[in-house]
Amino acid sequence: MGIKLWGLKKSPWVFHVAAAPCNNCDIEILDALTPRFDVERFGILLVGSPRHADALLVTGILNRKNLPRVLRVYEQTPKPCLVIAVGTCACHPNIFSVSYNVTGPYDKHLPVHVYIPGCPPKPETIIAGVVKALKNL
Amino acid sequence: MIKAIINFVIYPGLLFTGGIGLFLTWIDRKVTARIQWRVGPPIYQPYADFIKLLLKETFVPKGASKVAFLLAPFLGLIGVNVVSTMLFLMNFHPDLSFVGDIIVIIYLLALPPLSVIIGGASARNPLSSVGASREMTLFFGYELPFLIAVAIAVIKTGSLKIGEIIIHQKLYGPLLYSFSGVIAGLVFLIVTQAKLTFVPFDIPEAEQEIMAGPYLEYSGVALAIFKLTRAMLFFVLPVFLITILWGGMASPWSIVKFLVIVVLIVLIKNTNPRLRIDQALKFFWIGLGILSLIGLILALVGL
Repeated sequence: MGIKLWGLKKSPWVFHVAAAPCNNCDIEILDALTPRFDVERFGILLVGSPRHADALLVTGILNRKNLPRVLRVYEQTPKPCLVIAVGTCACHPNIFSVSYNVTGPYDKHLPVHVYIPGCPPKPETIIAGVVKALKNL
Repeated sequence: MIKAIINFVIYPGLLFTGGIGLFLTWIDRKVTARIQWRVGPPIYQPYADFIKLLLKETFVPKGASKVAFLLAPFLGLIGVNVVSTMLFLMNFHPDLSFVGDIIVIIYLLALPPLSVIIGGASARNPLSSVGASREMTLFFGYELPFLIAVAIAVIKTGSLKIGEIIIHQKLYGPLLYSFSGVIAGLVFLIVTQAKLTFVPFDIPEAEQEIMAGPYLEYSGVALAIFKLTRAMLFFVLPVFLITILWGGMASPWSIVKFLVIVVLIVLIKNTNPRLRIDQALKFFWIGLGILSLIGLILALVGL
């Protein structure tokens, strides 16, 4: 294991990209970042700028309005970076897939590394998904 | 020549101070975690953060001044590095100090905030500019009480040489055990908090308002250097406090004193809300300014 991979595995700083979610997943993400679940054990920190981020937590349905913004945030993130799709909406558009405005799932536009289903997923699920993704890097 | 390079790069310069500084940030994060009733990060966490940032991509935003943006972090690093080398060498070899070295150290300690201001202003991002202007205001705020606190030590010992201040304290006891010394120590501790931009005074990088302030556009190596500068400052400022007010770093007891100061700083950080920039300026100029002037008068009287 190279030292680059070790550093990335041991300190993934996350940036929260809320792309038209219903806010359920965002509330659960905030819950996962509270002292009760203590994600700092794994070195995970929430950062305010995509320039500092190693992982993007994406939630919600991609549509024509926010697709360019999400792609821009992805371009602003220094590589290597992970994309973590949180919630059923981020994994697949589901009931919204026939809408005129929806541009398809995230993995059509970005390389998604881990899918965390659930509507919303529990904080335990989010942590388990992120840890699993880091293990399989 | 080779000895000087070793002094600057390995001991007590970059490697030594950087290693201990990163360890201190681990203490900071661990104590914070324990206060919030959680486990906290493992001991290698700051080193992992630093290595990761060193090996990531570095962006220069479109339209930013490339030279100023990329050289600003190194300016602060050089300042802290020279200060740590000078302080440590003078603690163990007091004969190396020269007249006015305390003034040189005060000016070199102004380099890290200056580097943050230059970096934030050259990033061409509105939030970075707001952060840089706040950093500038804060800097003008805390520099007055800081200078008066250092002046108290100079007046009590009657010398501008750090070596002579240390020898004076060895002969007559640390300056902290007098009325004016206590005031100087208190003022110095609060100014340390502001110089490190820890929580009551983390106005320039207020996460909830302006994301990361001046550091907003920084990534990769440049951000790593900024983090390293902050970590080294966390080591250098308590050492400076112990050197001029609490008897010097040469005795083994100084490690206990050092840890007491670090834990005090972390406790202040964890039990206070953030001030607004105007409140901070008022606090420094009126509150701490008057307190340090009282200390100065007491020192002149001889207490």
